[in-house]
Amino acid sequence: MLVSIIFIPIGVASLYASRDVVEIIDRYETDCLPENSRSNKDQKVQYIQGPGNKTCSRTIRVPKHMKKPIYVYYQLDNFYQNHRRYVKSRSDEQLRKNSSASDVDACKPEDNGVNGLPIVPCGLIAWSLFNDTYTFSRNSQKLVVNKKGISWKSDREHKFGKDVYPKNFQNGTLRGGKLLDSSIPLSEQEDLIVWMRTAALPTFRKLYGKIEEDLQPNDVIQVILENNYNTYSFSGKKKLVLSTTSWLGGKNDFLGIAYLTVGGLCFFLAVAFTVVYLVKPRQLGDPSYLSWNRNPGGH
Amino acid sequence: MDSRNPAENSIHVESLHASSQRSISSNHSRHSNANSIGEVGLVDLGSKPVRYGSRAESEAFSISQKEINEEDARFVHIADPGKTNERFVFARNSIRTGKYSIFTFIPRNLFEQFHRVAYIYFLIIAVLNQLPQLAVFGRGVSILPLAFVLLVTAVKDAFEDYRRHRSDRIENNRLASVLVNNQLQPKKWKDIQVGEIIKIQASETIPCDMVLLSTSDPTGVAYVQTINLDGESNLKTRYAKQETLSMLPEKEKISGLIRCEKPNRNIYGFQANMEIDGKRLSLGPSNIVLRGCELKNTAWAFGVVVYAGQETKVMLNSSGAPSKRSKLETRMNVEIIMLSLFLVALCTVVSVCAAVWLRRHKDELNYLPFYRKKDFSDGKVEDYNYYGWVLEIFFTFLMSVIVFQIMIPISLYISMELVRVGQAYFMINDTQLYDEASNSRFQCRALNINEDLGQVKYVFSDKTGTLTENKMEFQCASIWGVDYSGEKAISETEQVGYSVQVDGKILTPKMKVKTEKELLQLSKIGKETNEGKHVHDFFLALAACNTIVPLITDSSDPNVKLIDYQGESPDEQALVYAASAYGFVLIERTSGHIVIDIQGQRQRFNVLGLHEFDSERKRMSVILGCPDKTVKVFVKGADTTMFSVTDKSSNLNVIRATEGHLHAFSSLGLRTLVVGMRELSSPEFEQWHASFEAANTALIGRAALLRKIARNIENNLSILGASGIEDKLQNGVPEAIESLRTAGIKVWVLTGDKQETAISIGYSSKLLTRKMTQIIINSNSKESCRRSLEESIVMSKKLMTVSGVENNTEESSRASVTPVALIIDGTSLVYVLDSELEEKLFELASRCSVVLCCRVAPLQKAGIVALVKKRTSDMTLAIGDGANDVSMIQMADVGVGISGQEGRQAVMASDFAMGQFRFLVPLLLVHGHYNYQRMGYMILYNFYRNAVFVLVLFWYVLFTAFTLTTSINEWSSMLYSIIYTALPTIVVGILDKDLSRRTLLKYPQLYGAGHRQECYNSKLFWLTMTDTLWQSAVVFFVPLFAYWGSTIDVSSIGDLWTLAIVILVNLHLAMDVIRWSWLTHAVIWGCIFATWICVIIIDALPFLVGYWAIFEIAKTRLFWLCLLGITIAALLPRFVVKFIYQYYRPCDVQIAREAEKFGDPREFANVQIEMNPIVDRPRR
Repeated sequence: MLVSIIFIPIGVASLYASRDVVEIIDRYETDCLPENSRSNKDQKVQYIQGPGNKTCSRTIRVPKHMKKPIYVYYQLDNFYQNHRRYVKSRSDEQLRKNSSASDVDACKPEDNGVNGLPIVPCGLIAWSLFNDTYTFSRNSQKLVVNKKGISWKSDREHKFGKDVYPKNFQNGTLRGGKLLDSSIPLSEQEDLIVWMRTAALPTFRKLYGKIEEDLQPNDVIQVILENNYNTYSFSGKKKLVLSTTSWLGGKNDFLGIAYLTVGGLCFFLAVAFTVVYLVKPRQLGDPSYLSWNRNPGGH
Repeated sequence: MDSRNPAENSIHVESLHASSQRSISSNHSRHSNANSIGEVGLVDLGSKPVRYGSRAESEAFSISQKEINEEDARFVHIADPGKTNERFVFARNSIRTGKYSIFTFIPRNLFEQFHRVAYIYFLIIAVLNQLPQLAVFGRGVSILPLAFVLLVTAVKDAFEDYRRHRSDRIENNRLASVLVNNQLQPKKWKDIQVGEIIKIQASETIPCDMVLLSTSDPTGVAYVQTINLDGESNLKTRYAKQETLSMLPEKEKISGLIRCEKPNRNIYGFQANMEIDGKRLSLGPSNIVLRGCELKNTAWAFGVVVYAGQETKVMLNSSGAPSKRSKLETRMNVEIIMLSLFLVALCTVVSVCAAVWLRRHKDELNYLPFYRKKDFSDGKVEDYNYYGWVLEIFFTFLMSVIVFQIMIPISLYISMELVRVGQAYFMINDTQLYDEASNSRFQCRALNINEDLGQVKYVFSDKTGTLTENKMEFQCASIWGVDYSGEKAISETEQVGYSVQVDGKILTPKMKVKTEKELLQLSKIGKETNEGKHVHDFFLALAACNTIVPLITDSSDPNVKLIDYQGESPDEQALVYAASAYGFVLIERTSGHIVIDIQGQRQRFNVLGLHEFDSERKRMSVILGCPDKTVKVFVKGADTTMFSVTDKSSNLNVIRATEGHLHAFSSLGLRTLVVGMRELSSPEFEQWHASFEAANTALIGRAALLRKIARNIENNLSILGASGIEDKLQNGVPEAIESLRTAGIKVWVLTGDKQETAISIGYSSKLLTRKMTQIIINSNSKESCRRSLEESIVMSKKLMTVSGVENNTEESSRASVTPVALIIDGTSLVYVLDSELEEKLFELASRCSVVLCCRVAPLQKAGIVALVKKRTSDMTLAIGDGANDVSMIQMADVGVGISGQEGRQAVMASDFAMGQFRFLVPLLLVHGHYNYQRMGYMILYNFYRNAVFVLVLFWYVLFTAFTLTTSINEWSSMLYSIIYTALPTIVVGILDKDLSRRTLLKYPQLYGAGHRQECYNSKLFWLTMTDTLWQSAVVFFVPLFAYWGSTIDVSSIGDLWTLAIVILVNLHLAMDVIRWSWLTHAVIWGCIFATWICVIIIDALPFLVGYWAIFEIAKTRLFWLCLLGITIAALLPRFVVKFIYQYYRPCDVQIAREAEKFGDPREFANVQIEMNPIVDRPRR
């Protein structure tokens, strides 16, 4: 009863908020392959691992007015960042302090490089850092993507050391993902910091950057992307997402619907119980209902 | 006797003294087991194999009959500890009740703790987790819960042990004066050795078990108080041997050899013989004083140490309470198995899915960025952490066991123990269970069956001392066929205390007895008339034929001394007090003579022999050398055995009349005893004396020999009369029985009394009512027994069908409609128990609302309890106070001891002990109900609590490629059952009350909730599990969908889940709490708060993955909306179901609760009286 009074408005509000969010999703992992290598998986993997220019151009139309800041995400599907082997393969100590650079026990199989020296940052997570890049332009005018401040402040300040520089990174026979500039400390490698916050679910988004400009309806945005990251070997999808936010976060109707359902249900039940009470009340605490009084001769 | 015996007979007399003492000793153990004369076992018991033997009993029998073999004897050289300890070193007198020393504490304590299966499970899981392939949690984290529990228990044990050590140290350093080189020296208790001679002063505690050598009393008597040993406060007499009592170890050196049995725990048995000065003497339990006793009324005593330290009888007896398992716990184990199966199922699902996943991605594994089977780092390519498909699956399975380990609620066992301690605390401190009269509190001796008190269906009660007070009062007598019941004369005002004047001091018996005028006059006449002679003999018998010791104590008036009759049998006490009221005052008793003041004349009687009471003969006799130089044997005993040894030829009329009076007495509820006597002729006496002497010095089969001699002498008696002793009902017994009956509990009374006595007590205690149809079974053979059983079954069936066809199934749960009472006697039970007739008896008994068993032996009591226990799953409770109830108490599911008059054996064997029978009502109806309800709820809640958590983990695993990643921080998942949710359930388990005490006592029917297993059954279990499934799904899937495809990271969503579960689980509990107290509030909200703090602390550690996650996620509104939504949505179905249940199908407890809340008590009471359903009146 009370619940329904609170829940229905919340539900409505959150639905509205979710509807307000403008979200553009562009799935590109297949479209960015050359025609001839789209047919089977081996070809795809061969292409992505092979050398050569992997630049790809996409066009996006803005459906509605998008207020700044507009968040740019990349979304990966079917990528188990929460896999046990993966999650464990990191060294938080090493990321924090230069002195514990050789603290790589947990990082297998990316613990030490071929030369036997510890890899900084070590582990599968860092090794598989996402390395597609996006450049946006509107009407041939470049849209600036701000890549500062996309990670948690706490991570930058306390979790990733200012004196820890990438060393020995991506030197192995098998290259995983992005290379890191070894002259920049980890605390400023925000893409890495974002990536290292492993996602909870196999479908996840990671913040790529922010566009600090409003986008008008029917704006056409050109995206030049470098399709480097290998998701083909596990049939993962790659999506580029542009989204605004509301007070509730991104676009998600679920919570609104859930609240409405629960609220509605409560309302219904409250009405039902009231009706029942009015039609056929049971006197509370009436001793005549006690089982030994109900059955004749029980006493 | 002195006057009669010529000089050359003096040695003879002395040995007579000694032998009389011996006879006392040999039967002593028996006596204590049969505790009182009226309540005695069955004669034919010996003829059939004994099955339900209480330990103490059989031990007493076997030891008293067995003689000491050379091999298992212990040789003690008197006053020569060096030689004594030459061959074997006997235990020193230092005691250690502490279990551990500083060095052994850790290993031994761990060993003891790991006796519990639960801990082993814990340990295995923790060990599994240490394997690198399986390490799900960090090493430290995984040991944490186990370590926590072990530490808590260890600290508790250590503290208890420390206290024991401290008291041991005090004990061990007490001083005793020990004879060393013929000089008394103070020595610490712990240095006392076997073989040494010790001198004990009055009121000193005896440091070890010793054989008495001599005492300050010239006859060698010492009085000891055994309150520390068996709780009996009256004084016991112990004797030094005739041969040693004149020796003074201080002056002369004593040397000798005592050959005694190996240390055992029977405090009423001792077998030994002593070789001194070339003579061989036998020693019995009356020659030994035990550690822990106190010497009273005796200035000093010398004794030689035979058992010391740990081998003393009191130490051997200090064992813990018997361990029983509660029924709820047994039931719970079924559900635990269910949960284990569920756990295995979950793990199987995970590993099968993992197998499928691995198979499908077989080709990709090498390069998957999140799997990377191959390790390229060392130049050569090799598999990293991959052991093949099959092993991987196996590891997955083991890992999932580790992750889901708390599905088996280990913490439940610990919280159950804590809850029980709490419950016990409240029971002990309940003022309504406190007996002011005996200053005894309720005792909770067994801690693990509290909740069984809420489900008791059968109560087996002893009569004497349990229903009745066991304070005997002499009521009436029949002397020589004349009934002096004297309805006409007895009034309170005539309680004349008779007093005697001795040496200018007035001696008055301590207790005043109602006297009867006519009889009083007759007793004063003396022996002149025939009538007077009989009265004289009768009272003489009462005063003489016993083992009572008169103690003269000071009173407020210096000229008046009080005589306090101390003895082991309350019946005898009553009889002696009665005799003194009629002018036959027992003034002095030593081992050789008694002094009785008969109507102002002091007369000395020589006690030539005494055959103690035993449960086979059911009588005792004393052979007196009277001042007129005649020798008489006085016998007193139960009527059944007395009439068989009377002289049938003469006085048939008297016998008939006495029998009639006995019948009349016992139907008044009096305990009867028959007194007889016979004058012995000189040759008869000589013959008896010779054989008595021989028997006493016999080393083999002494007890049997003595019994035989007793049988020979106790015959052809002339009946003097019979006495009726009233055994008063305890306060509130009828009301208590009434309440228990209304509560649907069947009360069976098992007594050793006669049938008439039992029935009359039955009426006065409202156990039997006039409405009831009585079925009485007295059979003398198996056949007739079978016949009467069958007939009665038919009869009871008929009665049932007449009364009510429609509710015969519910019959048992409520007070019966046509009450049928079954009365069966011990003789019939002999044929019933242990034969196929048991089945029939049970069938019959289950139709009866009352069962009275009379004339039952202790073993039969246990047999009856076992009969019911075997055939039903219902809970049985046995309540009793005497040693004869021990077997019954141990047999029943719940044993309750009454700490009353008859010693403490029953209390020692019981699970709960209390002062009065009526306390059973609050104990069962209030505490039992509470405990059951709380414990039932707590178990279900604990199952739920852990299952919710495990299921949330499980759901998540389904989204991690089945690899057992835990989103919830490992610390949180370990702290979950320790900090986040543990305390509220314990507090609620201790404090929650579903109904007030008043209501519960007012409506005993509410107790039926326990019988119907309302608080814990498989339906409830499955309902709870369904609810659990729903709640876990809500907790998991709401955030899952809300955050699907968002940037959420593992730690943040993990924190959300943690908090959601904890809040949900605690709110769930809060919803079910019925009575809130500030503590409940504090604990529930405190726990939620503590969880927040813990989560924040965990997330504030920069070296953990989830650093700062909680702060980041708490900034978003989505998080809070999720929390709110989860709680409401998860609890909604439960709330609705609960509401509907309460509204449409309320249980009795629920209605009573509402009544308590809204009902006007006066109106409520009216309804109860009218008992017709009143029409609903809208109240609001």
